Amino acid sequence: MARTRTRLRQGVVTILGWAIALWMFFPILWMFLTGFKNEPDAISTPPHLFFSPTLSSYRDVFAREDYWHFATNSVVISVLATVVALLVSIPAAYAMAFLPGPRTRMTLLWMLSTRMLPPVGVLVPIYLLARATGLLDSRTGLIVIYMLTNLPITVWMLYTFFREVPVPILEAGRMDGATRWQEVTQVLMPLALPGIASTGLLSLILCWNETFWSLNLTSSIAAPLTTFIASFSSPEGLFFAKLSAASTLAVAPIMVFGWASQKQLVRGLTFGAVK
Amino acid sequence: MDKAAIRAPLTASPAGGGARSRGLQGFLLQSPAIMLLLVWSVVPLLMTLWYSLRNYNLVDPTRQGFAGISNYWYLLTDPDFLTSLENTAILVGGVLAISVGLGTLLAVLYNEEFAGRGIARILVISPFFIMPTVAALLWKNLMLHPIYGVYSAMMRAVGLTPIDWLSRYPLATLVMIVAWEWLPFAVLILLTAIQSLDTEQKEAARMDGAGMVAQFINITLPHLSRAITVVIMIETIFLLTVFAEISVTTAGGPGVASTNLAFLIYSRALLQFDVGGASAGGVVAIVVANIVAAFLLRAVARNLET
Repeated sequence: MARTRTRLRQGVVTILGWAIALWMFFPILWMFLTGFKNEPDAISTPPHLFFSPTLSSYRDVFAREDYWHFATNSVVISVLATVVALLVSIPAAYAMAFLPGPRTRMTLLWMLSTRMLPPVGVLVPIYLLARATGLLDSRTGLIVIYMLTNLPITVWMLYTFFREVPVPILEAGRMDGATRWQEVTQVLMPLALPGIASTGLLSLILCWNETFWSLNLTSSIAAPLTTFIASFSSPEGLFFAKLSAASTLAVAPIMVFGWASQKQLVRGLTFGAVK
Repeated sequence: MDKAAIRAPLTASPAGGGARSRGLQGFLLQSPAIMLLLVWSVVPLLMTLWYSLRNYNLVDPTRQGFAGISNYWYLLTDPDFLTSLENTAILVGGVLAISVGLGTLLAVLYNEEFAGRGIARILVISPFFIMPTVAALLWKNLMLHPIYGVYSAMMRAVGLTPIDWLSRYPLATLVMIVAWEWLPFAVLILLTAIQSLDTEQKEAARMDGAGMVAQFINITLPHLSRAITVVIMIETIFLLTVFAEISVTTAGGPGVASTNLAFLIYSRALLQFDVGGASAGGVVAIVVANIVAAFLLRAVARNLET
C-alpha cells in the first residue's frame, strides 16, 4: 500500500516536473526551430511541426542584416566593461577582505545602494552628458556605463570569495618575505581564480543582456545585439524566421554560460544573502 | 558558516608595517572604486534634481529658467502619471505574485528526485538568460501573434477565436511575459535555499504523521522566508524599471494603457524632449526605488553580521 503510494507520487512528480519544464522552455525551443524554416513556413497556419530545415534565414541574417557588426559590438562592450570592472574591483575587494577598517561594512552597503538607483531616474542627465561629449551611440559610452553599473556587484561578489581564502596561507607567504604585490598575484590569485572567473561571467551576462541603456543610448554604430533585435519590432518586420535565427544567435552563448554557472549566479545576484 | 574565527586582520608584516600604514594601503586600494561610484551616484542625481526645477525643453530653447515646483505640479496633476504609477504597481505586483507564488511551489517540485531532474531544472531556468528584447518579441510574434502565433493556432484547434492579447489586454500580457523571464530567477534562488533544508527535520515530521501540506507550511515555508524576502526585493528593484519589454511590444499603448513610470519618463524625455518634466519623473522614480532599497539593504546588512 505504502509502496504503491510512493510509486504514484513519484510518477506524478516526474510528469509534473517535465511538463512544466517543457512548457517554460517551449518558446525558446520554438524560436530555435523557426530559425531553420523559410519565411512562408514560419507563418504558415496551422504551424508546421514538420518542415524541411533550411539555413536560408541564417544566411539572410549574416548577409543582409550585418549581424557581425552588432555581435562584435556586444562582445567588445561586454568584455571590456567586465575587464575594467574586475581591474577596479579586485584591489577594492582585497582591501575590504584583508585590511578591513571600521568603515568597510558601511562602504560595502553604500556601494550596493548605488546599484539600486533606477537607471531611468538618471536617464536625462546621462543622455545629455553623452550627447555633449559625443559619447552617444559610441561603444565607449556603453562600456563606461556598464562598468559603473556592474562595479558594486563585482566588488561585492569578489569580497565574498576573498573572505573564503584562509588567512594563514597568505600569512605564510608573508613570513617568507613576499611583498603585497607578490602576495596578491602569487598566493591570492591562484586560490581565488574560480571566484574571479564566476564574477567575470556574471558581469558578462549582465552586460550582454542589458537593455535600458543600450536601447536609449545607441542606434547603429555602437548598437549591441539587444538594440539590433529591437529593430525587428517595427510592424513591417514580420520576418519570423529571420527574427528567430537572429535571436537564437544572440541568446545562445549567454544561455550556455548561464547553465554552466547557476550556483555562482545565485550568489552574485543575491549579494551573498542566499547560499 | 562561521568564517569569523579565522577572520582576524592580518598581523603586522614586513610589507605592511603598522596599523596606520595598513589603513592607508586599504584606502588607496579601494579609492578608485569608491571615487568612480561616488561620481556615478552623485553627479547624475544632482543633475536630475537641478533639471527637475527648471524649464527646459530641447525643441523650445526660448522657454528657459527656474521653474520652481511647476514640473512636479504638472506631473502630479497629469492623469497619465497616475495611470503610469498604477501600471507600475500592477506590473510589479503581478509579476511578483506569479514568480514568488509559483516559484516557491516549483522549488519544492524540483527539489524532489525524479528521472532527468537535472535537465528539467536547466530548461526551467533558461528563460532568465534570454535578453529582454528577444523575450518580448518572441512572445509578441511567435507565441501570441493573433494570426501566426502558436497560441492562436492552439486556440483555433480547440474551436476558440484567437485573441490579440497585446492590444486587448496589454498590461496583463506584459505581466505574463515579464513573469516568464523572472519566474526562473525565483526558482533558481529558492531551489538553492531549499537545498539547505535539513532533511532529518522533514523526515521526523513525516514520522509524526505530518502530511505534505503540513510539512510545506510548517517547515519549508519558514525555512524559505528569508530567501523569499530577498527574491521579492531584488525583483522589485528590476521590475520597477521594466522598459525594453514595453518598448518593443506595445510602446506603452494603446494610449497609456501599458505605460509604466519608466516608459513615461522615457517618452517625456526622448520623444517630447521635456527635460524638466522627465527629470521630475526621474526624481519620483528614485524616491520610490530608495524606499525599496532601504528594506533590501537592511536585510543584506543583517546577513553581513552572521
